[in-house]
Amino acid sequence: MNVQLYIWQRATAVVMVPLVLGHIVVIFYATRAGMSAADILSRTRGSIVWAAFYGIFVAAVAIHAAIGIRNVLHEWLPLGERRAGRFALVFGLLLAALGARAVAAVVLP
Amino acid sequence: MSAAHVPYQLRHRGSPLWLAALVHRLSGVLLAIFLPLHFLALGLAIDGEAKLDGFLRWSEQPLVKLAEGGLVFLLTVHLLGGLRILVIENFPWTGGQKQLATLAAAVSLLAGLAFLARVF
Amino acid sequence: MPDTSAQLSVSLWRGAREGRYQTYMVPRRESQTVLDVVTFVQRNIDPTLSYRFACRVGVCGSCAMTVNGKPRWTCRTHVAKVATRGRLQIAPLQNLPVIKDLTTDMAPFFAKWQQARGVFAPSQTRHDAMARIRPDSPARSAVDAAIECINCGVCYAGCDTVRWNSDYLGPAALTRAWTLVNDERDGANVARLQAVAASGGCHACHSHQSCQELCPQALNPTAAIAGLKRRATAAYLKGEIKT
Repeated sequence: MNVQLYIWQRATAVVMVPLVLGHIVVIFYATRAGMSAADILSRTRGSIVWAAFYGIFVAAVAIHAAIGIRNVLHEWLPLGERRAGRFALVFGLLLAALGARAVAAVVLP
Repeated sequence: MSAAHVPYQLRHRGSPLWLAALVHRLSGVLLAIFLPLHFLALGLAIDGEAKLDGFLRWSEQPLVKLAEGGLVFLLTVHLLGGLRILVIENFPWTGGQKQLATLAAAVSLLAGLAFLARVF
Repeated sequence: MPDTSAQLSVSLWRGAREGRYQTYMVPRRESQTVLDVVTFVQRNIDPTLSYRFACRVGVCGSCAMTVNGKPRWTCRTHVAKVATRGRLQIAPLQNLPVIKDLTTDMAPFFAKWQQARGVFAPSQTRHDAMARIRPDSPARSAVDAAIECINCGVCYAGCDTVRWNSDYLGPAALTRAWTLVNDERDGANVARLQAVAASGGCHACHSHQSCQELCPQALNPTAAIAGLKRRATAAYLKGEIKT
């Protein structure tokens, strides 16, 4: 189980390297003064590209953050591996759900 | 049997590489806390532009912008810290890592400052 | 001429799991080592002090203690280099149970060594031809770079992941496993990779590199463990081991 978690953690990290760099570019672009919700949404609504970019990002970060949090909970709090794993799973599912909702909110026409 | 409750000062923790690992972990935790809030904010668009616009205007406040600069720093430093791990684990060992770690911290600070320069 | 009237203020841990630091005044001597200081206290001031040493010359690894916060070989640590303000704080190695004063119980350290299968498993007998190992082959070079561990425990004491994760096998045990994984003569590598791929094995290492910075033999457990991660992960993906 821990080798699987290791593999997923590293694999999602690799996938996210270009996604994070792209996201930083988006952040810098979108925070130009005067870019309103309408400006942003007019670019994202109905876009397959944005849906794919952020859809993949949400899936990857939910997995990556959950596995990372599991390690932190197990090592820094007196939680056993199993309890830490359960908390982490719930956290990952929460991120996936909220993230999918956020992506839907900005890309659905 | 657990180890003694000896009060230690542990000076090797000042090493740049140990700090890099700690910053990587802490930035990850902070980003993990931030993410659900970020997703909730974006989810406001479900009910139409108005709510998201209201949030965006709220986020124009200087303190929020400062926090966003901090987030850009956290994201960059976490990315670079993660690259450190990926390189150590998958490529032949190279020296000069302490200097690279310090450089990574500087680059992350610059990214955060560049963001703040744009929004203020 | 050395100033023989000069004194050093030394705080030594007295007790076991619970205890306190006790301060002693020790005369300074030229080229004095931390082990000299501890020995002076036990022989001239307080014979009830417990500490461990053997060779006194940096080849056995018995005298490792925490000196001003860092785990070090006390026989190879010159007082002049570490007592920067005329003060020394000496404690037992961290991450190990304390028996008394400056001596720790090394049993957990060696138990993890066994758990990581850090033991050579022969694949041939005396009746077979001797193995021909090229010393400059990549595998043997990897072994040679990691083989000089004398089990002093400094890396284990300095590792935060050992401190945070009681299952973690630690840098020394994993480095030894790495040398055996690269030993062409060894016949137990599937079981060994299985052992180091378990929870608390090589994948638990966060590459803090304290081990690499502290090792008095200049070994690099971080690199060895990174190599183990690659080998164990590949073995898992090929179905050779399961966790």
